[in-house]
Amino acid sequence: MNVTFLLNGETVEVDTHPTRTLLDWLREDRRLTGTKEGCNEGDCGACSVMVTDDKGARALNACILFLPQLHGKAVRTVEGIAAPDGTLHPVQQAMIDHHGSQCGFCTPGFVVSMATAHLGGRTDHNDVLAGNLCRCTGYAPIIRAAQTAEASAVPAHMRDTPLHLAKKTQIPAPETSDALADWYMTHPEGTLIAGATDVGLWVTKDFRDLGDVAFLNRCTDLQQIDDQGDSLRIGAAVTMTDMLAAVRDLHPSYAEMIRRYGSDQVRNAATIGGNIANGSPIGDNPPALIAMGATLHLRRGDARRDMALEDFFIDYGKQDRQQGEFVEAVTIPKSAPALRCYKLSKRFDQDISAVCGGFNVTAQDGTITAARIAFGGMAGTPKRAASTEAALVGRPWSFETIEAAAKALAQDFTPLSDMRASASYRMEAAQGQLRRYFDDLNAQPTNVLEVRA
Amino acid sequence: MSVAKPLPHDAARLHVTGQARYVDDIPTPQGTLHLAFGTSTIARGTVTSMTLDRVKAASGVVAVLTADDLPFANDVSPSAHDEPLLSTGEVHYHGQPLFVVVATSHLAARHAARLGDVTYAEDTPILTIEDALAADARFEDGPRIYTKGDVDDALSAAPHRLQGRLEMGGQEHFYLEGQAALALPQEGGDMVVHSSTQHPTEIQHKVAEALGVPMHGVRVEIRRMGGGFGGKESQGNALAVACAVAARRTGQPCKMRYDRDDDMVITGKRHDFRIDYDVGFDDDGRLTGVDFTHYTRCGWAQDLSLPVADRAMLHADNAYLLPAARITSHRLRTNMASATAFRGFGGPQGMLGIERVMDHVAHVLGRDPAEVRRVNYYAAAAEMSDASGGGISEPEKQAKLSTADLASRGAVQVSSGSGGAARFGGAYSPKAEEADNSTPYAMPVTDFILHEMTDRLLADADYAARKQAVAAWNAGHATLKKGIAFSPVKFGISFTLTHLNQAGALVHVYQDGSIHLNHGGTEMGQGLFQKVAQVAASRFGVDVEAVKITATDTGKVPNTSATAASSGSDLNGMAVQAACDTIRGRIAACLAQIHDVDADTVRFEDGSVHVGDMAMSFAKAAQTAYENRVSLSATGFYKTPDVAWDRIAGKGRPFFYFAYGAAVSEVVIDTLTGENRLLRVDVLHDAGASLNPALDIGQIEGGFVQGAGWLTTEELVWDDAGRLRTHAPSTYKIPACSDRPEVFNVALWDGANRAETVYRSKAVGEPPFMLGISAHLALADACAACGPNYPDLQAPATAEEVLQAVGRARG
Repeated sequence: MNVTFLLNGETVEVDTHPTRTLLDWLREDRRLTGTKEGCNEGDCGACSVMVTDDKGARALNACILFLPQLHGKAVRTVEGIAAPDGTLHPVQQAMIDHHGSQCGFCTPGFVVSMATAHLGGRTDHNDVLAGNLCRCTGYAPIIRAAQTAEASAVPAHMRDTPLHLAKKTQIPAPETSDALADWYMTHPEGTLIAGATDVGLWVTKDFRDLGDVAFLNRCTDLQQIDDQGDSLRIGAAVTMTDMLAAVRDLHPSYAEMIRRYGSDQVRNAATIGGNIANGSPIGDNPPALIAMGATLHLRRGDARRDMALEDFFIDYGKQDRQQGEFVEAVTIPKSAPALRCYKLSKRFDQDISAVCGGFNVTAQDGTITAARIAFGGMAGTPKRAASTEAALVGRPWSFETIEAAAKALAQDFTPLSDMRASASYRMEAAQGQLRRYFDDLNAQPTNVLEVRA
Repeated sequence: MSVAKPLPHDAARLHVTGQARYVDDIPTPQGTLHLAFGTSTIARGTVTSMTLDRVKAASGVVAVLTADDLPFANDVSPSAHDEPLLSTGEVHYHGQPLFVVVATSHLAARHAARLGDVTYAEDTPILTIEDALAADARFEDGPRIYTKGDVDDALSAAPHRLQGRLEMGGQEHFYLEGQAALALPQEGGDMVVHSSTQHPTEIQHKVAEALGVPMHGVRVEIRRMGGGFGGKESQGNALAVACAVAARRTGQPCKMRYDRDDDMVITGKRHDFRIDYDVGFDDDGRLTGVDFTHYTRCGWAQDLSLPVADRAMLHADNAYLLPAARITSHRLRTNMASATAFRGFGGPQGMLGIERVMDHVAHVLGRDPAEVRRVNYYAAAAEMSDASGGGISEPEKQAKLSTADLASRGAVQVSSGSGGAARFGGAYSPKAEEADNSTPYAMPVTDFILHEMTDRLLADADYAARKQAVAAWNAGHATLKKGIAFSPVKFGISFTLTHLNQAGALVHVYQDGSIHLNHGGTEMGQGLFQKVAQVAASRFGVDVEAVKITATDTGKVPNTSATAASSGSDLNGMAVQAACDTIRGRIAACLAQIHDVDADTVRFEDGSVHVGDMAMSFAKAAQTAYENRVSLSATGFYKTPDVAWDRIAGKGRPFFYFAYGAAVSEVVIDTLTGENRLLRVDVLHDAGASLNPALDIGQIEGGFVQGAGWLTTEELVWDDAGRLRTHAPSTYKIPACSDRPEVFNVALWDGANRAETVYRSKAVGEPPFMLGISAHLALADACAACGPNYPDLQAPATAEEVLQAVGRARG
């Protein structure tokens, strides 16, 4: 199929297999070898490129970005960060001046991430660069470079204008959810590709033949967030970056968890619907959304049904979803002041959780009236802690109640041991999160990220 | 002068624009083929059948090679010839290469490599230390043992005694550029190999063996690596040999690069260690005797495990005078990827053992661990009154650096360069000149500067006040606890295999005055090329821009040692200096004759050559020499003097000198989950008279973070079947951007090296890695704040391990 996009300011038309990655095409076909392959799974950022569409510019991992996802967009690689006359971009000059490169292999990815953030006026460098691994420098000089470049103007060439292509394409990319529903009814064995942060690895690591595919990135009505008064209805194809922006003020604890979800590059691609629909027991959104009391909206052809999110997850690898049925949206309340989300992983940023807890306990006059507690990483699915909740409701909001509830957690879960954590630690840490929740709501300091030397 | 300037990395502009070329970026000729290994899916056993029909039939496959197809040597071992490129039927670890696919694309090769139908007769793998000890599966006949004094007497007579055990994990290198090689077949059976390697000569040697040709039939080139850290000292052999063999067979260029998961499964990592200790000490915490037992899992092949385990023993003292010591080292053979070199090369593991002892002793006595460390320090070096200035030394006379002189000097045992190093008398020195100040391997420590460095660092970091503040903070916090710790580093510089301490260089001066620089060192990001170029520029008195840095090439400088053991600048800098001085001497002699002055008075400074009263540009001088038929090309050679080492006896002088450093780390932990953060780090590090302070500070910052990563989030997990479960960045967590300490103060100790090194600088590649030990000790300190017991924190101190240690502290 033919894909047309802007590459470093020039229009290119590529005849491609639907799952050829941008990275392979850049390096092998285009001989633009500045963009590096470090991990081939979206975890190191050496392949970072800047992609501009109508929503603006963002950094993405080229190793798990399929060419058809780029149709009509503008791509800028490290070769296009310096001005056409060779003048270095301010972040490039600052990286030289502050000794921000040593072996240099991660550097193109850093430069692209930094230049993209610079274009957007961002100064949250730790978050911008959480998805770019460097093994040489210890990051300190890179941050110095990023800070130095903050004050410099954005070079004009960085502002790409996406293409507005009129003609129909051969790319299977439904433009509406109705069209998607039709496609999925006729291709029930097909694969839906939203951000490809998971599906991409099926291709790059497992060589899986995806069969018929549909790209969701042009399905604009799935990307909407509708304010419905007391709730938000969030389209399945809303990216985690947009999700973060939507809940930043409404649900700060959930937002803080999303800040640590994947990396900037991953959040720019990954969708809320994908994170739910893949049914992973260690996806970070479901525990938070279940604790909030989210409602899932499924669609199959013209038939729609709603369910409590927790009911979607039946067993490991099994969801309450029929062939041809897809996640259309999820609805969350706008207010959940007692909601807290705790993500526990070996590394704070860009790591998959060992245990992810969502807590939402309400009390009136010192007595607990409702409790929604859900965990990821503790069972084969994201799952509510029913016994724990029962041990809370009707009891006084007290240390003793929390301790009793912590004991009840052991009845709710029989976690597994794996490379991320042992079973006993998962249980102990989950109980620790419950105790932290008590301290947190009682305004005690609980977060090591807020402690300074 | 170019030396000592904080110049950027020579390739910085190429890095930031994406133009810096790595092996996989080299434009390849049409018809280049791509390779991938088919690997074993069990850890130990025998292949009973291997059907490769589906592999051969897969799209794009040109050839599939097994061990039977290899024309000559089937061995990629850097040591004991025990590492077949392709299995001959025995399987020794999960991920061992069984066959190699040659295909038209990287993806086709990788895909086809998954399609082998292999059956096995499986044996029970040897995975744990206990398994290996029970099976007596080890390298060498028995444990190596170094002794000093009578340890048993010392322990039984000690006022206090304690025992303990520390388990420490290994470490994946996670160089951002995976292993890669490209072989280009030449006429007459010759082969040119581009390899991402720290050791081009090793690649040349193994490829020559595999092709059945002399080493002169193979030329290996490497301009730069995307990180090495020891992981490319021997682990690139397999790819280079596979490519060369396939290129010989097909007649076409062959390229191989590991996908990240393959790289992490196939290649070796840092050795994990268990260290048991039995320690005697007095009321002040002064050690009277230490009995260490090291156990390390070396994996299935010997690789570099013997010198790694040796170096762990050689750093079992770190900065401390051990009146009596016994170090017993078990090198265990296990069915895992063969552990290999990694920054520090066993040193960090040995050092962590004694730092744990200091920590444990201080806890038992209720003393400040920093003070316990200080009372155990080696005595201070003599004042350096007669050393050459303490700054950049004057240019050596040309003859002094010639090959012949160096060879003769190396044959004589002399004290290190300052001439004063054998004396005592500093503020921290013992009273009697004869006082023991020797390591457990009988090397006198004559350059010890940690007393002064510790004074300055503890003052600059405000250690005492912050320790009190931490205690106060902890008293006011129930679930969060802070910790603070100091740790020093003393790291021995030289290859312990003495004959490796040599280097060569090749320098050309062209008639326009431009300089072509080549030496045996490889560039992996450490800035070696720039530092050595600064030396060359300084010798000729020109700007560094006049020096063209070129790829390491076995056809230009032969018989190179690996760029390893932190030796790159020391060895190659000296070799380049020698080559430059040879050319400089020839130019000076030529100009002196023309202008009738004494050649010794000709000076090369500020881009000019000063002859008598006149000055000419360096270019003019070069042109004049050319016109007078003077050779403007020279080799240089250097070998480290004074080192001599008997690794079996454990006696001698394995190191030319020691590099020093010290760090203070402050952390916070969450006692409910074990989550933790590094809050502040202060470092004072000794790079001698730095050749390039900016690059050296880069090594220190990066080394610290890598060392802290080793001891915190970087956890390697194997399952019961011997499969590595952490084989990608999704599961193996090196430090990310926000993991660096928010406050990170790094300073250089501004003293010249007492040993006669290039411009009195010191090696800086590995020593700062071990500064990261302070982070682990700080976490242990925070755990200790939770209860009365010793927290016995193991490594890596993941959140899980920290929570366990909190539990142990509480009892």
